Amino acid sequence: MNILLILAVVFGTLVLVRLANVAALASKLSGENEEAEQESANRWNSIGMIAFLIIGLSVMVYIMNLYLPLTLPKAASEHGEAIDGLMTINWTVLFITFFITQILLFFFAYKYRYNKNRRSFYFHDNNKLEAIWTIIPTIVLAALITTGMSEWNEITKKSASMKGIVIQIYAKQFDFTARYAGKDNKLGSSFFRSITDTNPLGIDSSDAATADDLIAKELVLPKGAEVQLMINSRDVIHSVYLPHFRVQMNAVPGMTTRFAFKPTKTTAEMQKETGNPKFEFIMLCNKICGVAHYNMKMPVRVVEPAEYEEWLKTQSAVFPKEEAAAPAATPAPADSAATSMAK
Amino acid sequence: MEVNPHNSMAHGAHADEHAHGHSHDHHGHDHDHDHEDNFWSKYIFSTDHKMIAKQYLNVAIFMGFLAMFMSLIFRMQLAWPDAKLPFLEDVIGKWGKDGKLDPGFYLALVTIHGTIMVFFVLTAGLSGTFSNLLIPLQLGARDMASGFLNALSFWFFALSSIIMLFSLGIETGPASGGWTVYPPLSALPQAIPGSGLGMTLWLVSMVFFIASSLLGSINYISTIINLRTKGMAMTRMPLTIWAFFITAILGVLSFPVLLAAALLLVFDRSFGTSFYLSDIFIDGAPLDHAGGSPILYQHLFWFLGHPEVYIVLLPALGLASEVISVNSRKPIFGYKAMIGSMLVIAFLSFIVWGHHMFVTGMNPFLGSVFVFTTLLVAIPSAVKVFNYITTLWRGNIQFTPQMLFGIGLVSTFITGGLTGIILGDSALDINVHDTYFVVAHFHIVMGSSAIFGMFAGVYHWFPKMYGRLMNKKLGFIHFWLTIIGLYGTFFPMHFLGLAGVPRRYYANTAYDGFANLININHVVTVFAIIGGLAQFIFLFNFYYSIKNGKKSSQNPWKSNTLEWTTPIEHLHGNWPGAIPEVHRWPYDYGKPGAKEDFICQTVPFSETPESNTPHDH
Repeated sequence: MNILLILAVVFGTLVLVRLANVAALASKLSGENEEAEQESANRWNSIGMIAFLIIGLSVMVYIMNLYLPLTLPKAASEHGEAIDGLMTINWTVLFITFFITQILLFFFAYKYRYNKNRRSFYFHDNNKLEAIWTIIPTIVLAALITTGMSEWNEITKKSASMKGIVIQIYAKQFDFTARYAGKDNKLGSSFFRSITDTNPLGIDSSDAATADDLIAKELVLPKGAEVQLMINSRDVIHSVYLPHFRVQMNAVPGMTTRFAFKPTKTTAEMQKETGNPKFEFIMLCNKICGVAHYNMKMPVRVVEPAEYEEWLKTQSAVFPKEEAAAPAATPAPADSAATSMAK
Repeated sequence: MEVNPHNSMAHGAHADEHAHGHSHDHHGHDHDHDHEDNFWSKYIFSTDHKMIAKQYLNVAIFMGFLAMFMSLIFRMQLAWPDAKLPFLEDVIGKWGKDGKLDPGFYLALVTIHGTIMVFFVLTAGLSGTFSNLLIPLQLGARDMASGFLNALSFWFFALSSIIMLFSLGIETGPASGGWTVYPPLSALPQAIPGSGLGMTLWLVSMVFFIASSLLGSINYISTIINLRTKGMAMTRMPLTIWAFFITAILGVLSFPVLLAAALLLVFDRSFGTSFYLSDIFIDGAPLDHAGGSPILYQHLFWFLGHPEVYIVLLPALGLASEVISVNSRKPIFGYKAMIGSMLVIAFLSFIVWGHHMFVTGMNPFLGSVFVFTTLLVAIPSAVKVFNYITTLWRGNIQFTPQMLFGIGLVSTFITGGLTGIILGDSALDINVHDTYFVVAHFHIVMGSSAIFGMFAGVYHWFPKMYGRLMNKKLGFIHFWLTIIGLYGTFFPMHFLGLAGVPRRYYANTAYDGFANLININHVVTVFAIIGGLAQFIFLFNFYYSIKNGKKSSQNPWKSNTLEWTTPIEHLHGNWPGAIPEVHRWPYDYGKPGAKEDFICQTVPFSETPESNTPHDH
């Protein structure tokens, strides 16, 4: 089969070469002159320019109508709503610019096609024009920069505040584990050298803060409460990506990263809003992390606070039975990633 | 006109260089008379800049097609994840067993596609071809400042290409941690098979590549500064040369940083250091590496990585400036503003790298700084776009394939540039970071614009390279299919990103919410195949025209620049007699009163009293 394929390609090329030779010879014989040929090229390509503009923009609008409903639903978090609002402002500015510039570009290309009886307009400098298209973008960008930055500050300020329900997201190839900090809202310290088969997060059992920590393979969040994700990785860089909440933060080995947000809609509410009874939130890994990167995920549910409390009770402690019950006298080792960042 | 005061400085500065030029001249003649070049010295180990340019171009075309094939394979996987593609096993062997693409090899394809396209095609292919071809020809130099370094630069590039190709065939597969090869993934063979020998070869290949790039850039810079002909003041250089000049400076300043990043990675991988590694437990055991930071690598990488974007883009913009002006039969609008905006873009490119790292957990204040600097790039970019558009306005446009690609470049530069504003805004970046939105963005603004610039350059200067013309009709078909294929591929891709689909996913099966997006993936892949097939028209046209194309006249596009004053047949030293002298800027197209609609740079003002303006004296 391979040989046949190669032969087909070789003969196909030879045939093309022959055809091209014949075509070249024919055009030489017919005495088609260069100028006439270029004139026809100018005509057809300039028509192509205006056609591409009109058809292109129409198809674009059509595709937007078709595909926009497939994109993410409205944000399910407080800061996410602000991001969506900011996005709308940006898109408005960008689309206006896009339409103006593309229309001018292709329209001029169409309109000013070559005419041998005409000379182009010898126009190579105009400070006023240059000033206009330096100053206007500057003003527009100043507005975009300011609004963007202030939103960024709002979001990151919350992550820095250390308020909210502390949940550790622990990433490894190729899954996430959630650790809830429990009543004291403090995570017991952990250290990568303490990792064993039965202690996959390397948590320090002697740390007092560990006692009430809970481990879950599902991320369940209460609606309307501030959540503080403390993100760690034990092997390579992963990324905690919760698209419906507009949340993303890398999981970096050797350090703790954070992201704080407040879910505003329960899974049930989202199912109603999207009209999709099977709708579920999701947490995905969004940094290439190995062969099964595309399968690294964790289910996410947002529930009413009361239901959340109930759910918490059913989750298992980090060290079940007598181990966790023993109160620790010594504080955690200082080199633990989680505690050092928690300060 | 006797003494042009504006020129007196250039006269002085170039006096001794002129003499130098003559000695070259003799040398060239001796060479021609004494012996015929044999095959090896003419085609392989040539030190002639025109031949080296062709060598670069041919290697780049080969590498470009290879990388394109890779993209078509993984595009088919994404569109038809359940289908069996029987030809896969024939093409990629064990990685496509039973017609199913191996998930690990999928990542390898993505990685090598990116590496080849960014470095081998758009950096070496673009700068290597056109800087080499045009710098001496457009400046009036006999050759590059150092022909030997130039040949060496190409041979390092060839060696680096061979090593990269070799890595495709090894047992554990080539590097597969993404083209940015972030550690720890790229540092630990336990994490992914591609981080074994494949990654070592990737790093070795890049070391040679960087050496090649530096040798080339240093040569370009010294040639531009020292070997301009009499009268060729910096402010009379074509914008192509300005673009190559700024590009070369960017390369010299940023590639060494990539080398540093790569070397530290080599140390971490092979010599037990911990620059990028800390607190790692993998494959059932803790590692001894402690105290390093993977984020350090990202800072180093993107310190090159962002200027790299402009190393790729600026030459394309330079080529487009020339092509658009020539084919509009009109001077480029805002020559000085074009230079200024390139300089500003180049400067800004060094202080925006952090916008690739908004969600790495870096200090939020630092994030704000990078938002500010990043969005500033939009200002000089806007100036460039409006200047291109104004150049078309009231022009007299000749539609040649290169002009179509030039206009296409402006279009993609606008489209991709605008989505960059979303990505550069850290708050908005949170949710589209590392999704298909990014993939769509940079393939339009960097990939497409740069490749359009390259095509424009190839169609325009093909006569200068091979003495023949490429077939225009095939060129037109090539352009229209390419731009349709390209927008058809990358426009729908934005919606995948807005739906939250992460990039570098072998299949979108992890989340049920992605199931209804398969239609978009079908559309994207079909258009990618159309665009890919269209490139075969180019391939055929290129190689067919080398032997069989219509013979070119000396100045087929009625251009002003010096390269068209050289004879069609190539010779060492470019001009058979003395090097021409330059008397005016390169953009006197459609000047009022002039006999023709172009005046070559070599024509003194004294010969054109009919068209001189008061400004000209």
